[in-house]
Amino acid sequence: MSIQVKDTSIFYGDFKAVEDVTMSVKPKSVTAFIGPSGCGKSTFLRTLNRMHEVIPGAYVEGKITIAGQDIYGPNVDPVAVRRKVGMVFQRPNPFPTMSIYDNVLAGNKLNAKRMKKSEADTIVESALRGANLWNEVKDRLGKPGMGLSGGQQQRLCIARAIAVQPEVLLMDEPCSALDPISTAAIEDLIHELKSDYTIVIVTHNMQQAARVSDDTGFFNLKAAGQPGHLVEFNPTKQMFTNPDNPDTEAYISGRFG
Amino acid sequence: MSKIDPSVDDVVQEENMLAHATLPRGAQWLVGVAALALGGLAVVLGVGIVGAAVIGVLAFLIGYPLWALLVENKRSATDKLVTGLVWTAFAVAVIPLIWLIYTVVSRGAATISPEFLTFSMRSVTGDDQGGLYHALIGTLIVTGIAAVISIPIGIMTAIYLIEYGKGNRLAKGITFLVDVMTGIPSIVAGLFAFALFTLIMGPGTRFGFGGGVALSLLMIPTVVRSTEEMLKLVPDDLREAAYALGVPKWRTITKMVLPTAIGGIVTGVVLSISRVIGETAPLLVASGFNPNLNTNAFDDSPMMTVPVFIYTQLSEATAKGVEYAWGGALVLFILVMVLNLIARIVGTIFAPKTGR
Ligand SMILES: Nc1ncnc2c1ncn2[C@@H]1O[C@H](COP(=O)(O)OP(=O)(O)OP(=O)(O)O)[C@@H](O)[C@H]1O
Ligand SMILES: [Mg+2]
Repeated sequence: MSIQVKDTSIFYGDFKAVEDVTMSVKPKSVTAFIGPSGCGKSTFLRTLNRMHEVIPGAYVEGKITIAGQDIYGPNVDPVAVRRKVGMVFQRPNPFPTMSIYDNVLAGNKLNAKRMKKSEADTIVESALRGANLWNEVKDRLGKPGMGLSGGQQQRLCIARAIAVQPEVLLMDEPCSALDPISTAAIEDLIHELKSDYTIVIVTHNMQQAARVSDDTGFFNLKAAGQPGHLVEFNPTKQMFTNPDNPDTEAYISGRFG
Repeated sequence: MSKIDPSVDDVVQEENMLAHATLPRGAQWLVGVAALALGGLAVVLGVGIVGAAVIGVLAFLIGYPLWALLVENKRSATDKLVTGLVWTAFAVAVIPLIWLIYTVVSRGAATISPEFLTFSMRSVTGDDQGGLYHALIGTLIVTGIAAVISIPIGIMTAIYLIEYGKGNRLAKGITFLVDVMTGIPSIVAGLFAFALFTLIMGPGTRFGFGGGVALSLLMIPTVVRSTEEMLKLVPDDLREAAYALGVPKWRTITKMVLPTAIGGIVTGVVLSISRVIGETAPLLVASGFNPNLNTNAFDDSPMMTVPVFIYTQLSEATAKGVEYAWGGALVLFILVMVLNLIARIVGTIFAPKTGR
């Protein structure tokens, strides 16, 4: 599923957080967004599955299509969009009332989808294996998800997101709470998932962007209080060796500010 | 001063900075005993028991910090003064409560008997054995009606306010009205129900359902408020997590938000029931008196309730009436206690488990 974004600006009430983004995300590829804190990476990511409008007063201008369909079209159901476009958040947020098992199945359970026990078991195991959590929790699937460590909780959230088999997966700094081993596991996972899903990931880790992504978008603020904008969007290789924009080079090489 | 060995110097300095003279262990007991003795002396000298208690407490509150000020330092004296004040306030709050419980139990216990709990006051005269069975059943029915009306309305209102209304005009208006409702004097709620059913069913209608409606007016605002607080405690992160899985908003609310908050909601609801179960004025007006058992809340005849039973027995002004009033008070008290216990148990059962 390719994602086309055209002249998109994003608002929180009167505040324009992101201005005039145009980009094209290739299907079955990994696209990374980098940029300084507060430049609107999370905000932009959340517009791709219509999560932005959940915040009161927040709205989006412009046109975003996924697989050719305008996701902000007049008759589009945001719920249908979110079923196709899954998301992993910056902070782990397992459901506190649910066990580990139920958390993985949350997408199905909350939607009251009926399934056989064996089918459910298969989904849980493959999602947890996918998120590199299976070995740590296989003996306590009935225990509450909140009882896991922060990094384990984040992997549980990844398992939960892939258990509903979306076609696009948005990840907002999914590794910021993880140790290097789990991070490497998630990166491997991203590589695997790439063959089936379109992945968009926000990261503050340049090496990670360089390792996992095919394309990279660099967001920046013109000045404090100004809206963020997309400075450059190019294949990752080019971005990290020969960027078009001097600001990109400054940011990537750490000479920024 | 020349520093030959800085480490030795440091140690000396540290001791000077961190340690100071302290009161002997058990100093508070010493002062306490002294204060008690002072209070005892006051009693001997003819000061009333209350005055003596005040003198004793004051002596402790002044003496203990003063001693600390002389021996220790200012901060420690302030600490002891404030600690003393907090304990005094605690005692002032708790002593009347314990006293009340003691009085109700000691005076009511003798009245409670199987007969008292299973007889009504039907054609009871003179020293005949009567009971509050009719009032107990009436209270359960009337409060049950109030709960059946208030719980759905209250919870759904709170869901609208938190999940859908966030800060819009309608929500602000509803919040304002709920606040106003919280302040309605209970007798006004009773008069409202009485007037309403006078209009619908004819003058002088007093019946169980009317009492239930009156109580629900008092109960709804507390249910709304407590449910709102509980829903606010569910982090938005969790709602977003559910949305991101493609779960529609209504399912997110019914299957994730409510289960997460259910412990607190149930606790709030039960506490609101125990708050209205002892209401007297609205029931006097709306459901009236009846010495007989009446189990039909919709029948146009009064339904007795425990608070009204207490009121009537007390106004008989006979020794037996007073005795029955205390018995009724104890029954009501036990009802409220049981409800509070249920609230606590339910609260812990449904509380989200951390598993740590
Ligand atoms: N709920 C909100 N309401 C109003 N403004 C918001 C809200 N969330 C974010 N913003 C503003 O939008 C701008 C972009 O924020 P965003 O969270 O997208 O930054 P980010 O690039 O993800 O930063 P970080 O790298 O620190 O996560 C910031 O100026 C921020 O203050
Ligand atoms: Mg962010």
